[in-house]
Amino acid sequence: MTALQFLWFILICVLFSGFFFLEGFDFGVGMAAGIIARNDEEKSTMLEIIGPHWVANETWLVTAGGAMFASFPLWYASLFSGYYIMFLLVLAGLILRGVSFEFVEHAETHRARNLWYIVFVVGSLLAPLMLCIIFFSMIQGIPINAKGDAHLAFFDIINWLSIVGGIAGVLLSLIHGLNYTRLTTTGVLRERARNLNKILYPILFVGEVVVALLVIFQTDFFQKKPISSTIIILLIVLMSLMGAWGTWKDHEGWSLAGSGLSLVSVVILIFNGLFPRVMIANNPANDLLVANSSSSPMALGIMTIVVCVLLPIVLAYFIWSYTLFTKRMASNGKVND
Amino acid sequence: MFSLGISVLSLARIQFAMTTIFHFFFVPFSIGMGFIVAVMETIYAIKKDEIYNKMARFWGKIFLLSFAVGIVTGLIQEFQFGMNWSNYSRFMGDIFGAPLAIEALLAFFLESTFVGVWMFTWDRFKPGIHAIFIWLTSIGTMLSAIWILTANSFMQHPTGFTINAKTHRVQMTSFSDIISNPQLWRVFPHLILGAFVLASFVIIGMSAWALIRKQKDTKFFKKSMYFSLWIGLVSSFGVVIAGDYQTQQIIQDQPMKFAATEGEYEDSGSPASWKIVASFDTKDHKVKHEISVPYMLSLLAYHKPEGGIKGMNTLNKELKQKFDHNKSKSIRDIKDYYLPTTTIFWSFRIMAGFGALFILVALVGIYFSRSKKFQIEKQRWFLYVLGLLMWAPIVANTCGWLITELGRYPWIVYGLYTIADAVSATTTAGELIFSNILYFLLFAILGGVMIYYCRQTMHKGLAAVEGPDATEQTAKTADPFSKEAFN
Ligand code: HDD
Ligand code: HEM
Ligand code: HEM
Repeated sequence: MTALQFLWFILICVLFSGFFFLEGFDFGVGMAAGIIARNDEEKSTMLEIIGPHWVANETWLVTAGGAMFASFPLWYASLFSGYYIMFLLVLAGLILRGVSFEFVEHAETHRARNLWYIVFVVGSLLAPLMLCIIFFSMIQGIPINAKGDAHLAFFDIINWLSIVGGIAGVLLSLIHGLNYTRLTTTGVLRERARNLNKILYPILFVGEVVVALLVIFQTDFFQKKPISSTIIILLIVLMSLMGAWGTWKDHEGWSLAGSGLSLVSVVILIFNGLFPRVMIANNPANDLLVANSSSSPMALGIMTIVVCVLLPIVLAYFIWSYTLFTKRMASNGKVND
Repeated sequence: MFSLGISVLSLARIQFAMTTIFHFFFVPFSIGMGFIVAVMETIYAIKKDEIYNKMARFWGKIFLLSFAVGIVTGLIQEFQFGMNWSNYSRFMGDIFGAPLAIEALLAFFLESTFVGVWMFTWDRFKPGIHAIFIWLTSIGTMLSAIWILTANSFMQHPTGFTINAKTHRVQMTSFSDIISNPQLWRVFPHLILGAFVLASFVIIGMSAWALIRKQKDTKFFKKSMYFSLWIGLVSSFGVVIAGDYQTQQIIQDQPMKFAATEGEYEDSGSPASWKIVASFDTKDHKVKHEISVPYMLSLLAYHKPEGGIKGMNTLNKELKQKFDHNKSKSIRDIKDYYLPTTTIFWSFRIMAGFGALFILVALVGIYFSRSKKFQIEKQRWFLYVLGLLMWAPIVANTCGWLITELGRYPWIVYGLYTIADAVSATTTAGELIFSNILYFLLFAILGGVMIYYCRQTMHKGLAAVEGPDATEQTAKTADPFSKEAFN
């Protein structure tokens, strides 16, 4: 394995982490809109708090996909073709969700608006659920042949770990979204988000423990990397605890950071466990490795230069765009000063 | 097994055609509309003339609709290479991945961040500053076109690579060759100008419908129309010139594609005549009927009244000779190199014919708009022409891509890799049928809803953007059933 290959493995991890942190709360706010927003105004407030940013947040996924194609084409090819139906559903979720932002603005009747809100909620649930199932299924070892093609049977995709992992991931996104709602609104939405999180956090902790146990039994993470895997799992729990603490003590910034970093830690757990592989085959001889599934040194080198130049610029205006919208939104949609 | 292999390939091809064509309804729409809205807002910032502010806001709403659909359909493209064409992704990853990733980092982040900022900060920045955000978005859409075309141009005309002897995959040898691919820089102007044509004729057409309905904002729609007629005129001229420029490249690079667009089975001889219409016997590789203009093909191809082109039958023999001893078995197995001639021939005539028509119509429109006697709203027949013509650039664009992409057959990467080899080994016909149906339904809904909301916005006229922050207000009037909520 070369240094560049290692760097790109880390970069892919960073991009997915950024995606789950940022789009995590967008998904969560989307799901929460179906639970805590009771009328048109409140629903539109929920849309508005993520309105300016969701496209840019989603771009993290587009970039992660593109970067994976550029740096590890064999990984990209095997993953996306293997999990065909799952990615199709991810896409369906993202598509429905994406257009409902725009369409709801144009809807004239109460009924049409409601329809787009429902589409929005469903899309926001579908996409992260399917993504988490893919990730938790992928780490258990799947049938991959010598050419790298993954012929997956139903139970390779849908099994205990992937289901519990999927639900836990969705729950964590929902909590993350509620934390974001608390940070960006005032009034009833903020209140309801807090109350709901007080119910959800205990469930989340149960979920995290179950996922941790299943990871121990269903994957080789703890045989291959007992120490780092344990540390990261503890980190996940610790970050969730921080989020819970923030919820009870009304430290809204801390709770958002807590839930976001739990999501990031989940991504890190997966990437840490995968390394030095990128896809785990049932037959270890067919594992796709960081070392053998990457692009040429030249392609990686050029991409590295591009990233070094562009990423700081992108991050600068990306963060700047967040600083423009720091005012809290009242639950009836008015901006508070 | 007999039909399964074939059907997976053809289903994947249908899917690619369907999804990119659909994506490419919105891409030129967004590229062109973003640019025109940016120009409108800039004029407002300079002249402080309120009507330009209204134009930017009103057409900005249409732009946002198309942008949203463009993005979600683009997501499909991003995943599709891995899902349906995994062998291709493995083969081409070294070259194809980089432009795609750069596109995301350089272009998608730019457009997606600033479109959000632009949408929500109308009242918070001075017009001059606010216009910068839409410019950045617009530049983002054009950069994105450059990078995706870089990838596409490699597939049409591979440069800057070698085939790795061990892995049998392409490997980059020169990044600068990849981005200075002559194909890329001939396609790009044509494509961008095509996008401007599309957006300007959509504005013209929608304004025409509004004028036909005699709704209240006549002045606004007339102004929008005149403004776009000029953009339409300049870009239609441009697109034809750029198209001619591109033709020169095709004659050199992909003579088979050129012969198919002209329907020449036999060598034309010199001087060559140009078929206006023709019908073909694609089995026996013969022209059945034709009406042609003498000298014209020589003029089109070489800009002088002499010179001929090779026919498809000759080219087919040449290509077979060239590739029949190739190392790769699937390349040796290619039976012949004939293209779907009828489709390509007619696509070209539709595209080029519309190109000429756009120039003509824009000229007539501008004449009406200048003359005191012929007020454009009185020329109702002409308004109907304009109203219908708004769909034509969409057809022209699609035809252009059909030529480009079908003309590459049977290659997915010209001369290197066949379409048949590219498809995923794991994807089943069932999965593809399911996804094709799902995409089709989604597209039908998205397209239908988008057209519906565009019409609705147009019928509302300026009421759709009246007031300082009308977007916010319509969404949030206190009582959802109150009167304001419906206007
Ligand atoms: C409004 C749209 C529009 C109009 C009026 C035209 N085109 Fe076009 N054409 C396109 C929109 C387009 C396009 C969709 O943008 C394509 C597809 C790929 C590309 O580069 O541009 C294209 C492709 C395309 C190609 C194939 C390029 C390839 O295979 O690489 C040729 C040779 C031309 N065009 C030539 C012309 C000529 C000679 C025209 C007028 C007389 C013309 N086009 C009008
Ligand atoms: C610039 C980016 C593009 C890339 C990289 C690209 C790439 C591809 C690929 C990989 C295929 C599948 C293989 C094949 O069947 O030939 C394909 C086919 C096709 N593409 Fe494109 N394409 C691009 C743009 C477009 C656009 C914008 C359109 C139409 C509006 C289009 C129309 C088609 C059609 C109709 C086919 C099917 C051809 C067939 O059945 O063989 N392409 N293209
Ligand atoms: C077939 C290959 C293609 C792929 C893989 C692809 C990929 C994508 C993706 C992922 C998006 C969403 C971006 C976001 O989330 O911000 C997108 C949007 C966009 N794509 Fe494509 N695209 C393809 C074809 C094309 C072509 C041929 C063009 C133009 C030449 C183009 C230009 C754009 C533009 C301008 C957008 C921005 C959204 C919009 O303006 O509607 N794409 N594309």
